[in-house]
Amino acid sequence: MPEPKDTGSGGIGVYVCHCGTNIAGTVDVNALTEYAATLPGVTVARNYKYACSTPGQELIKRDIHELNLTRVVVAACSPCLHEKTFRNVTSEGGLNPYYFHMVNLREHDSWVHTDKKAATEKGKDLIRAAVRRVRLHRPLERKRVSIDPNVLIVGGGIAGIHAALTLANAGKHVYLVERDATIGGHMAMFDKTFPTLDCAACILTPKMTAVKSHPNITLWTLSEVTQVDGYVGNYKITVKRKPRYVLEDACVGCMECIDACVYKQAKVPDEFNMYLGKRKPIYIPFPQAVPQVVVIDRESCIEFKSGKCKKTCVEVCADRKAIDFQQQEKTETIDVGTIILATGFFTFNATRIPYYGYGTYPNVYTGLEVERLVNAAGPTSGEIILRDNRKPKAVGIVHCVGSRDENTNRYCSRVCCMYSLKLAHLIKEKTDAEVFNFYIDMRTPGKGFEEFYNRVAEEGTHFIRGRVADIYPDPAGDGHLLMCAEDTLMGTVRKIPVDMVVLSTGLEPQPDAQEVRRRFHLSCSGEGFFLERHPKLAPVSTFTDGIFLAGCCQGPKDIPDTVAQAGAAAAEALALIDIGYIEQEPYTAQVLEEVCSGCKTCIPLCPYQAISFVEEKKKAEINEVLCKGCGTCVASCPSGSIQQNLFEDEEIFEEVEGLLAYA
Amino acid sequence: MPDAMPNSSHAVPPRVEPQTFEPRIVAFFCNWCTYLAADLAGTSRMKYSPNVRVVRVMCSGRVDPQFVLDAFAHGADGVLIGGCHPGDCHYQEGNYKALRRYRLLKRMLRQMGIEEDRIRLEWISASEAERFRWVMNDMVEHVRVLGPLRLQPDEEVFAEEEVAV
Ligand SMILES: Cc1cc2nc3c(=O)[nH]c(=O)nc-3n(C[C@H](O)[C@H](O)[C@H](O)COP(=O)(O)OP(=O)(O)OC[C@H]3O[C@@H](n4cnc5c(N)ncnc54)[C@H](O)[C@@H]3O)c2cc1C
Ligand code: FES
Repeated sequence: MPEPKDTGSGGIGVYVCHCGTNIAGTVDVNALTEYAATLPGVTVARNYKYACSTPGQELIKRDIHELNLTRVVVAACSPCLHEKTFRNVTSEGGLNPYYFHMVNLREHDSWVHTDKKAATEKGKDLIRAAVRRVRLHRPLERKRVSIDPNVLIVGGGIAGIHAALTLANAGKHVYLVERDATIGGHMAMFDKTFPTLDCAACILTPKMTAVKSHPNITLWTLSEVTQVDGYVGNYKITVKRKPRYVLEDACVGCMECIDACVYKQAKVPDEFNMYLGKRKPIYIPFPQAVPQVVVIDRESCIEFKSGKCKKTCVEVCADRKAIDFQQQEKTETIDVGTIILATGFFTFNATRIPYYGYGTYPNVYTGLEVERLVNAAGPTSGEIILRDNRKPKAVGIVHCVGSRDENTNRYCSRVCCMYSLKLAHLIKEKTDAEVFNFYIDMRTPGKGFEEFYNRVAEEGTHFIRGRVADIYPDPAGDGHLLMCAEDTLMGTVRKIPVDMVVLSTGLEPQPDAQEVRRRFHLSCSGEGFFLERHPKLAPVSTFTDGIFLAGCCQGPKDIPDTVAQAGAAAAEALALIDIGYIEQEPYTAQVLEEVCSGCKTCIPLCPYQAISFVEEKKKAEINEVLCKGCGTCVASCPSGSIQQNLFEDEEIFEEVEGLLAYA
Repeated sequence: MPDAMPNSSHAVPPRVEPQTFEPRIVAFFCNWCTYLAADLAGTSRMKYSPNVRVVRVMCSGRVDPQFVLDAFAHGADGVLIGGCHPGDCHYQEGNYKALRRYRLLKRMLRQMGIEEDRIRLEWISASEAERFRWVMNDMVEHVRVLGPLRLQPDEEVFAEEEVAV
């Protein structure tokens, strides 16, 4: 093994950060500094209020110059936060940036312990380990990889649409992959949007059409990403494109085929209308769907079921020849440099709370269903008619269904209070019914939200503060449902008879979020939404370089926040594309040829096929470009002939022994 | 949480006095899951025993059994390895490699007379701060019950030799 670089008799600078009181409140920073100064090799040890501040950084740089430091140790927050910062400081001070090691004194020590003495002892151990390890550090170079300017966006809701247009307008090529037959996501289902009551279609459909007509956007509907290979800048994506049985290029969207279908009546429950309406086997999800191309549903189409249909659709399509029953699933591979995930949310399944009677009593609806009922383009053309054809005279809306509840989801879904208010307004406007909103706490924290709440209250909607405990048919037998709740403001139990119940169900991760996250090498937070790199400072980045998040796949949010986040994700992608390269950590592994015995143990272990066997030399060789730096081969090499940069055996031994070398 | 260290107003008793035995535990955490869970426990201000010292590696697959032996040889009373859940490894399958090695290592440690509970492999994802805290406390309590690890002198030599190989 090559000799580790000799650091001479000293030259290590140790900097202990107070982080205000975050560290100094629990760890005796003076004691740590005094202790660090006694460690072999340490030339200077100081503590500072905020090491990451400009004066803190200057202090380190000055010491490097004036005291001829050769190594730097900073004991502060998690390296995930500021390792880059201090590597830059080390480099600006004139040293190789990897002549640095960071001690996690905050997240792993001061924030998680209460006993100051124990926390200080732990801090000493951690610093001692760092000092011993940093002496062995070698100079390393970050490698640059170029960034393919094409971008993949997964999910064509408002988040994906907005991000796609932003990037495309900046001149980048976007592949937008949507699994439904149309883009638009949930927003396309709404009639009006809170708090301004803008018509959802009026603001959304122009953007949808712009996506379709944009020369820089390749839109693939009925498609899903099945495989993600490569790494930031150079992802290789496999997309499965399901057949539509209608040729997108040939169909002009006249929809004559729908009229011509042998089914004279629409008979198939319509997904887009939450099964409240019917469609034919050949259909378009909604009038403004993009692409404006019909789709055939294999499950209900007679030609697919029996092969004996008259195919009146094909007849009427005539020489446009857009219908193709033979269309097959296609697989495409594309190269992109960055990825934005915008896969959105799924609504809470209301049958999980049986006492609300969803699925048992026909007049219990979910918020999303009512969005379709109030929609002028919906199954009832915007009239609120119950499943038993009555018009409701009294309506109860239950907030927080499947949110803020120990038994379902503990988090607040953020939009349900507001859409409950919106629905209260719309129902009242359309039916003049008495509307009762049952809420736990009213959450209206956005711009114009509280004003909207006041407006709805002034319109005469009744607000009852209390969790609905039960919903059941009125024993009086007049077709009413009784809603029981303790009114916590009045201190009484109320039983309100209503004709219609609306359950404002919360937002949950997509059912396949776990599979998707694995495919894209991401993490999820506890509730199952995709995990951002940092909740405050990197809210659209992920731990996988080059993959960004937008919209509700990261957590519940309303449309304004979704759009803002989509813009941010697009900007992050643009930043990478425009600079053209990314610098990658040099944690790759190399084979020490003199030591390698050519046993080939490592070769099958590498998940990236980065190791090959060079027959002439009878030695293993690692392709640095393919190596991602996991270190698995290093740990398995029987002769110790593979080395991982910054995680060399010697460095780790020193760290371990340093931790344990207490007096 | 048990009161982990003697009250600071008292004189510090020697470290390995049986009643006040504070186990020394070295942990190897992968950068992408367990290390982040530890960070999350920090940002969530969860409290746990201060006996564990963390070494960050990129993947649990990097954990060479020699690191574990080295830790025992130099006075660790327990060693914890933390990685991503099966199927979640940032490098696809490093954690499976870690698991295989861990099984072998456990057998070897048994032959050296090192109790099972002193070595542990746990899958803890980036969001599982609560589980992380539980594992930390649980590990410390198990090792506390076992008492300090006393390697026989010849075993120490053996461990040293193992490391040297
Ligand atoms: C009943 C209700 C009413 C609401 N009303 C309002 C309102 O009035 N005002 C407001 O501001 N907000 C409202 N919201 C919130 C609003 O719906 C969201 O903020 C918005 O829809 C989020 O957009 P998105 O693009 O992130 O997700 P989505 O709209 O869910 O879009 C995600 C898209 O990704 C696609 N997709 C998912 N997985 C994949 C995959 N693996 N591959 C390919 N494609 C995939 C989906 O098919 C979908 O098209 C309401 C929500 C609900 C439930
Ligand atoms: S990265 Fe966590 S175990 Fe491999």
